[in-house]
Amino acid sequence: MAEELITQFKVTYYDHPKAGKLAIMTMDNGADYKKPNTFDDKALASLNEAMDGLDKDIKGLLLTGKTFIFSVGANLIEAATKLENKDMAVEMGRAGHAAFKRIMDLDVPTLAAINGACLGGGLEISLYCDYRTVSTGVTALGLPECFVGLVPAWGGTQLVPKLLGYEKAVTVILKNPLQNNRFLNGKSAFEMGIADRLFEPVEFFDQSVELLANIITGDEKIEREKADLSDAKEQIAEAREFVKGRVHAGPIAPYLACDLMEGAAEWSLDDGFEKESQALGDLAMSDQLKASVWSFDLAQRRAKQMVGVPADAQALPVNKVGVIGAGLMASQMGFLFLQRLEVPVVMKDISQEVLDKCKEYIDGQLDRLVKKGKAEQPKADFLKTLMTYTLEDKDFEGCDFVIEAVFENMDIKKKVFAAAEAFVSETAILATNTSTLSITEMQSDLKNPERVVGFHFFNPISAMPLLEIIRGKKTNDVTVATAGAVGKKIRKTMVFMNDAPGFLVNRMLIRQSVVVGDIGMGPNTPQEIDDAILDLGLPMGPFDLMALVGPAVALHSTETLAAAFPDRYHVDPNVAKIVEMKKPGIYLPFTKDVDPEVEAVMVKDDKLPKLSADEIRAKVLEALADEARRILDEGVVAEPQDIDTGLIFGAGYPFFMGGLTRYLDQKGISQKVNGKPFMTEDDVVAYLKR
Amino acid sequence: MAKEQQDVYVLDACRTAFGKARPDGFFGQTRADDMVVKVIRTLMARNPDLEPSMIDDNIWGATTQMGDQGLTLGRTSAILAGLPVDVPGYSVDRMCAGGMTAINCGVSAIAMGMADAIVAGGVEHMGHHPMGQGADPNPRFIAEKIVDTSALNMGMTAENIHDMYPNLTRQMADEYAVYCQKKAKDALDAGYFDDIIIPMTVWTTEGWKVADHDEQPRPEATVENMQGLRLPFRKGGRVTAGNSSGLNDGAAGSILVSGKLVEKLGLKPKMKAVGFAYAGVRPEVMGLGPVPATEKVLERTGLKFDDLDFIELNEAFAVQCLAYIDAFKMDGIEDKRLNQLGGAIAYGHPLASSGGRLVAHLAKLFELNPKAKYGITTLCVGLGMGAATIWENAQS
Repeated sequence: MAEELITQFKVTYYDHPKAGKLAIMTMDNGADYKKPNTFDDKALASLNEAMDGLDKDIKGLLLTGKTFIFSVGANLIEAATKLENKDMAVEMGRAGHAAFKRIMDLDVPTLAAINGACLGGGLEISLYCDYRTVSTGVTALGLPECFVGLVPAWGGTQLVPKLLGYEKAVTVILKNPLQNNRFLNGKSAFEMGIADRLFEPVEFFDQSVELLANIITGDEKIEREKADLSDAKEQIAEAREFVKGRVHAGPIAPYLACDLMEGAAEWSLDDGFEKESQALGDLAMSDQLKASVWSFDLAQRRAKQMVGVPADAQALPVNKVGVIGAGLMASQMGFLFLQRLEVPVVMKDISQEVLDKCKEYIDGQLDRLVKKGKAEQPKADFLKTLMTYTLEDKDFEGCDFVIEAVFENMDIKKKVFAAAEAFVSETAILATNTSTLSITEMQSDLKNPERVVGFHFFNPISAMPLLEIIRGKKTNDVTVATAGAVGKKIRKTMVFMNDAPGFLVNRMLIRQSVVVGDIGMGPNTPQEIDDAILDLGLPMGPFDLMALVGPAVALHSTETLAAAFPDRYHVDPNVAKIVEMKKPGIYLPFTKDVDPEVEAVMVKDDKLPKLSADEIRAKVLEALADEARRILDEGVVAEPQDIDTGLIFGAGYPFFMGGLTRYLDQKGISQKVNGKPFMTEDDVVAYLKR
Repeated sequence: MAKEQQDVYVLDACRTAFGKARPDGFFGQTRADDMVVKVIRTLMARNPDLEPSMIDDNIWGATTQMGDQGLTLGRTSAILAGLPVDVPGYSVDRMCAGGMTAINCGVSAIAMGMADAIVAGGVEHMGHHPMGQGADPNPRFIAEKIVDTSALNMGMTAENIHDMYPNLTRQMADEYAVYCQKKAKDALDAGYFDDIIIPMTVWTTEGWKVADHDEQPRPEATVENMQGLRLPFRKGGRVTAGNSSGLNDGAAGSILVSGKLVEKLGLKPKMKAVGFAYAGVRPEVMGLGPVPATEKVLERTGLKFDDLDFIELNEAFAVQCLAYIDAFKMDGIEDKRLNQLGGAIAYGHPLASSGGRLVAHLAKLFELNPKAKYGITTLCVGLGMGAATIWENAQS
């Protein structure tokens, strides 16, 4: 593990000509902004030491951070690997409250100058100051605790409602974290009332010092409306509904946060702090927090390390891209390559009408960027000139990377690759967006099979972060490395794998849908099944997911897997019916009401028993544990981390489940099904400390 | 056709504190361009009648034009200070007179009617850019004996002046320096610099600090304790750290405006430009530069030395000031006209920024002495030059 960075609280003094002696307290761990200030017991000790040594004759105190960073709060990974029992966690909560409160207890004006990233405990410590300034340069400010299975436990649940009132407090503590961990920026934090003044970065510190001096001399008054806490009950009741709608019964932390916030209206500050410490004690030892830390590592560290790219392979430059096909998915790809790579992109189709639609789409996307202020018109116009829409394969000449997005049929795929191969260099990459077909088979007849790679997007391309990079039997390292480099440029989170039916994510999801389909033949309603799965904390039930993917696509993928693994996969006759009837799903669109026409023809098996929600979940999870084990044993992916990354970013599995394998291990499901966990606790801790 | 010549005024002038050019000095971890930005923004904020869009140019002197002083500092600092994008900028270099030259460039453009408002000044972060950084002097200088080796070592050029004028002793230089420290202390105690030295919050390894005062002044200096100082330049020499200006980080600047703009906006300028001149001397005795530069500007403006109420002479070395005093037959080191508020021996000399400091000091002297009419800001320059600008009090 890298050397330990301890955030020090450093104090300097400034004799202001009018206000008198000001203490400037700087949080600094001695590293640059890439390693932000964090809090642990040693940082708290430094704060206590700084408070002990504070000159008695100061007239005010300004708390701020190092360049670009205020503080990002407790070091999650460290905390999760260091805290050994509940008492330690409760003590950590208390120690933070006690140390921070010393700032609040000073009898001179105190001001937090939030100059940079300010998250979790960083935001909490600022709330113990009388006043706050914030820089317009701040892009990350918030309390992400609920997102990672914690609650703001260093005063956040108590002080935020008291500062902002309940409606805004719910936004900061619950809504933002649970909506893709959204952050505030300097401007929005100021508008919300978290900060009293908003200053530009260029003279942020000077203006913050001057404001503190002016407050002391009385030259400037901070007007702040006192928060109205009378609506605590209603607002928190609404917040609980929000949490339920968002993550269902899955995670504990958001509900605990609701309780703590609600109490803030009645409890004394010290009582509230103690309740926070107890909550921290409960959560810190929880499986959900441990799983969140795991997910956090996958997202923040591992995903950036490009695990799976052959170490000594050099990616080839990609200066021209070809897309075979110009349908909807292909159009999205073409736009993405154009936007992120800014190189010529050739769209080829067999239909002029399709090409015209594609051009309309891409021009429209560029115009939208201009309208949203994300691109300048001349630049957008230039990008349009990089596009070629053609009926001819020869226009692929000079392309370094050609991706096909044509109909899911092996013969067609082979044909279009062979046609493109005639016009590109021997090393140009031929990528396929297939979700079901074998890469190994697809490359088999080509002159240069080693340059073929699976490049599997998830729909909709712009919103889904995952990209599966699949290596066929003959695919070489350079090709994988180049695909990885392109994936990075288009800002995708990637999992690298070997060719196998359904690859990774679809193989897992379809195994789930097979189980679900079987249950659906019994007396349980689709809604009951969806609800049971949603209560794990997943964003979408399996029947809704099928509607999103499209029943025909789902059916086609299932057929591929059923052919490969007939022992575990089979086509759900009801899905086949839905496809036959050209229905968008089992429900009426945008409802949870089963389409009566579908219901009328649904195949049912009367012998099946009605299952409880727990039983439904157990069946699904056991099947997934089995499939995940097989995927690892077959060497499709290298390690459980790959499976978890795929499910978090490709299927929206929640952080607090750690993707999937952590959850399966924690609940003993992998032990039961496979006779062993995916990883032991020791292995997990060792991995996090790497 | 060019417009007719315009009057040019200094509207305002200020500077950062001058820090010691060391990693643990005030500005050890601060960028030079950020210091310039602070000066520009302070000037703009203090003169709200002057819209940022009215600024026609942003001119900055820096001796080393690389790193945080490179990339055409006049342009980068305009952008970083948030001036409108149509405000251009450029950089100049005349070493120690870089800032003075920048200001004179601004004066010229306004005088010719080609501009009405210009920000100009100088900066030197000698901690980041030691004197001569990255320079590659042509070997011909030495091989062909075009200059003596001592010409490239500023301390040695001061020793050379002592050699040239044996009557200017180390004792006198030390006395000059101690008197300078005393004048500076009196001026600081009187609060004359409260609106000249602008506090700037700076990052240091001990956390954020406010650089609100110069680090160099040594009010406790006595002639006795100065006698014990080391002679860094040569054995048996006379030049010490005590009777020289030191190595510093600092930025100083001003806003120049045309008479037309003064009238239009009802501005209250501090002083009016009368004329300027530069002159060359032998590089080995570069400290003598202010003498011919002063003579030349007097001649060009038709003024006599006695018309000058204040002489703001940059004190690179005490001996060079002693020579100036002798050349113009001034009344010894205590002549009231000379550096009444103290000089670079006390405050420090961050090369190109010193011209801006002299302008701010002279403007303050005019404010304190409404009856005074003319003053001069003058500096010596490495490789043997002098720069001099005469100003007329506009605060009478």
